[in-house]
Amino acid sequence: MSEELFQELQLPDGNTVRQPIGLYIDGQWIKSKEVLETVNPATEEIITKVYLAGTEEVDLAVKSARNAFKEWKMVHGSERGSLLMKLADATEKHIDTLSAIEAIDSGKPKDSNARGDVEGTIALLRYCAGWADKIYGSVIPTGPEKLAYAKRVPVGVCGQIVPWNYPLNMAGWKIAPALAAGNCIIIKSAETTPLSLLYFAQLVDEVGFPKGVVNIISGLGTVAGSHIASHSGIDKIAFTGSTKVGSTIQKLASSNLKTITLECGGKSPFIVFEDADIDQAVKWAAVGVMFNSGQICTANSRIYVQEQVYEKFLEKFKEHVLADYKLGSPFEKSTVVGPVVSKAQYNRVLDYIDVGKKEGARMVMGNEQVTSKKGYYIHPTIFADCHQDMTIVKEEIFGPVVAVSKFTTEDEVLEKANDSIYGLAAMCFTKDLERAHHVSEELDTGMVFINSTENSDIQAPFGGVKMSGIGSELGAPGIETYTHLKTVHVNLGNKL
Amino acid sequence: MSSVREVANVQISIPTGKTYEQPVGLFINNKHVDAVNGGRVKVFSPSTEKLVCEVVDADEEDVDIAVKAARAAFQPDAPWRKFSSAERGRCLTKLADFIEQNLEYLASIETLDNGKSITLARGDVQAAANCFRYYGGWADKDYGQTIETDTSRFAYTRHEPIGVCGQIIPWNFPFLMCSWKIAPAVACGNTVILKTAELTPLSALVLTQFIEPSGFPPGVINVLSGDGRRCGNAMACHMDIDKIAFTGSTGVGRMVMRSAAASNLKKVTLELGGKSPNIIFNDADLEEAAVWVNFGIFYNSGQVCCAGSRVYVQEGVYDEFVRRVVAKAKSLKVGDPFDEETFQGAQVSKQQYERIIGYIESGIQHGAKLEVGGKPHGHLGYFVEPTILSGVTEDMAVGKEEIFGPVLAIIKFKTVEEAVRRGNNSTFGLAAGVHTKDLKNALKVSNSLEAGTVWVNCYNLLHHQIPFGGYKESGIGRELGSYGLTNYTQTKSVHINLGMGLPI
Repeated sequence: MSEELFQELQLPDGNTVRQPIGLYIDGQWIKSKEVLETVNPATEEIITKVYLAGTEEVDLAVKSARNAFKEWKMVHGSERGSLLMKLADATEKHIDTLSAIEAIDSGKPKDSNARGDVEGTIALLRYCAGWADKIYGSVIPTGPEKLAYAKRVPVGVCGQIVPWNYPLNMAGWKIAPALAAGNCIIIKSAETTPLSLLYFAQLVDEVGFPKGVVNIISGLGTVAGSHIASHSGIDKIAFTGSTKVGSTIQKLASSNLKTITLECGGKSPFIVFEDADIDQAVKWAAVGVMFNSGQICTANSRIYVQEQVYEKFLEKFKEHVLADYKLGSPFEKSTVVGPVVSKAQYNRVLDYIDVGKKEGARMVMGNEQVTSKKGYYIHPTIFADCHQDMTIVKEEIFGPVVAVSKFTTEDEVLEKANDSIYGLAAMCFTKDLERAHHVSEELDTGMVFINSTENSDIQAPFGGVKMSGIGSELGAPGIETYTHLKTVHVNLGNKL
Repeated sequence: MSSVREVANVQISIPTGKTYEQPVGLFINNKHVDAVNGGRVKVFSPSTEKLVCEVVDADEEDVDIAVKAARAAFQPDAPWRKFSSAERGRCLTKLADFIEQNLEYLASIETLDNGKSITLARGDVQAAANCFRYYGGWADKDYGQTIETDTSRFAYTRHEPIGVCGQIIPWNFPFLMCSWKIAPAVACGNTVILKTAELTPLSALVLTQFIEPSGFPPGVINVLSGDGRRCGNAMACHMDIDKIAFTGSTGVGRMVMRSAAASNLKKVTLELGGKSPNIIFNDADLEEAAVWVNFGIFYNSGQVCCAGSRVYVQEGVYDEFVRRVVAKAKSLKVGDPFDEETFQGAQVSKQQYERIIGYIESGIQHGAKLEVGGKPHGHLGYFVEPTILSGVTEDMAVGKEEIFGPVLAIIKFKTVEEAVRRGNNSTFGLAAGVHTKDLKNALKVSNSLEAGTVWVNCYNLLHHQIPFGGYKESGIGRELGSYGLTNYTQTKSVHINLGMGLPI
């Protein structure tokens, strides 16, 4: 194995790691013609270069996956599950290294954030392993002249494109169910965060997935990503990322009518009724938009507070965020808010903050100076007295910036909450049982959290409606989406 | 409260020379303890007739103690009830890992205690590990429903555990039966008291060493060695056991059900006996069918509830098929279960052995023809030669009653209708086999057979994913697969008023 395909990385915690930088295709590490540097967002320094898959390498991966699928689809569900369990165990052994790589590449705080991501990946691998031998079809009670059944069979070769906000964790959401259901995959990481998935590829190889079943590549969205989305040899594309790119993927996927799941953006409304537990509402609201520096698809980036408790909420919210959401370097144990992932994102978020000010929102917090001279650090920012026409209330910012508005009646806030192109999640704080259920019925979103936020479970379906996406991940639907139905009719005596 | 006296493990050696640690106490609250009355029972190896060791013998008072422990562990504020469903599943998958890591240990103890061949025992232990792992995967996936009625009501169902479950298992697959009982019960959040068969207590006790390291809190899984008359009966009658699951003979199953009804109407599932028909049509692949028929009756020395003990052979291929079945039977190796080449080991006890010999003699007396076997094998241990009787009719004892040994009854038939009618002519209905190349025949005959499992061109293939259970007097309920979960859950429907008008 060429040493050019691996780099020794020095981590800020003093450890060294042997980081793969090639493409993992057909069970081999290979190079390509193009490379891309990946930057540490806390220091703005280059970490290393990785090889980028071009259209040639994507073609290779598809060929390998198609070939591997012939045998992989015959492998018993329990065996697939067993391999996924081994992968979970291997990931657990490497949790420290993976957390550190994730922190250095994406800016996520290592202990308060990245480690949790890896733990979540381990849990999901085990969860999906349990599904692998429980994919049932149905036998349909027609009549005595027929045996009719509908089996669930794997889709085949799946292309998967994952984002940079939870690099390894989002990859896990794609890899685990697809493999559990018996598919072969080609998965492309985000341009800004390739490293953790490449390291993970070694574990996939180590536990013994047959070559070609899992192909892991780094690549540009416009090159490798487009080629995957439009590839005639790929049966399904699963994408997590912005709505804009999701829309492009949907168009490209129409080339061969490949099936598609999209998990895109959101502008999730967080509604605080006057009878809410304000202390709890404040804490959850903070987690929902300041954790991960606000780079969460389900971030509750617009908050609606009923007028009776508006000022009280704002005061406590500001106090809580100031106290508990300290900016810091990803490798410091006390850090909750790290840098945003890249310079481009940094500029974008700062632009939105400017627009917010220009459009007349009241900045309750955010003017504080960022002490670090280097790194894409953005201070948690709270805008108050917002209204529906503001850009910061309408558009997804994807940073630690939240827009708070006031409301009077339940009907009014429901109208405002639903007044969005997005429909990913919504949050509702109230103690009233009837109101909670009524509101959850009326909200046009794929997910509703009552008296919490970001509180999803890998057992429960996750997904959005409207321009937030197509289809669901996690839970049983997450597995089903990687299968299709085949109905078989066996004639037991119907003669012409 | 009396203090519990812990009982130390003993050392036992197996014929290959290896020595193993053997727990012998009653496993309650994650400890191995003595019985209140200090009772002991001797355990013998059926292949050597030698004493292996003594284990603690549970009495009615010990059942009470175990129930108290299981009930305490099931209280709403007890740790087990606070485990997430995924955490419950994780305990089970960890237990599966321990079993695999100790495969040879467990298989050796099983062979010593039960007499089955070591290769078969290894298969059982692996299958048990797979079953634990399978149900570990179910723990966090048993969905209730949300039900759309009208918007004034929000209705949903919760799948909740039943509570304290008593489980009584037989001696033919001691270790595998532990997994079939414990795994689904615990996956659904129950606590269990498992009573092993009096003849074969050892492998379950070895398993108990891995329960605490797998993360199960004390009292969740309790294992008692005890007899049916005192210990099993106390469980079936107990007022604080919420459910009883029993695998064993139809006669004892009937008693269990009666006791359950007479006491507290505890929920009952039964997995009982069989006299399963294995039907060979003219167009069957005779070579393969002959092998499946052999496997169907001589596997596990015929001590299988679903054994294909009545073979119906269509007259067009009768002579040819009998020849092939007999030739295959002659090739099966009987003998020392620790020999890797052995297929068929010893019967489990002297009593079973004598019973089987009795049936063979009765068959011959009533006019059946002895095609092969018919005699004991060797001079030590309870070995019976693979035996085939032909010309059997359903009014002979050997054609009607469950023998539970390596004795096959062969019966000739003419038409499909006759095969189905005679196959169904039994109070049992556990399994059946159909051997034919014709698709329509296979499916139509399968549809017509009154049996909980129908094997087409195969036999005796049990798998944790596929439900198993009996029609008629072969049992109540289904184990394994997703269906196995319903035995260990109860459903609660919740209706939430979202603005319904008042009814009066």
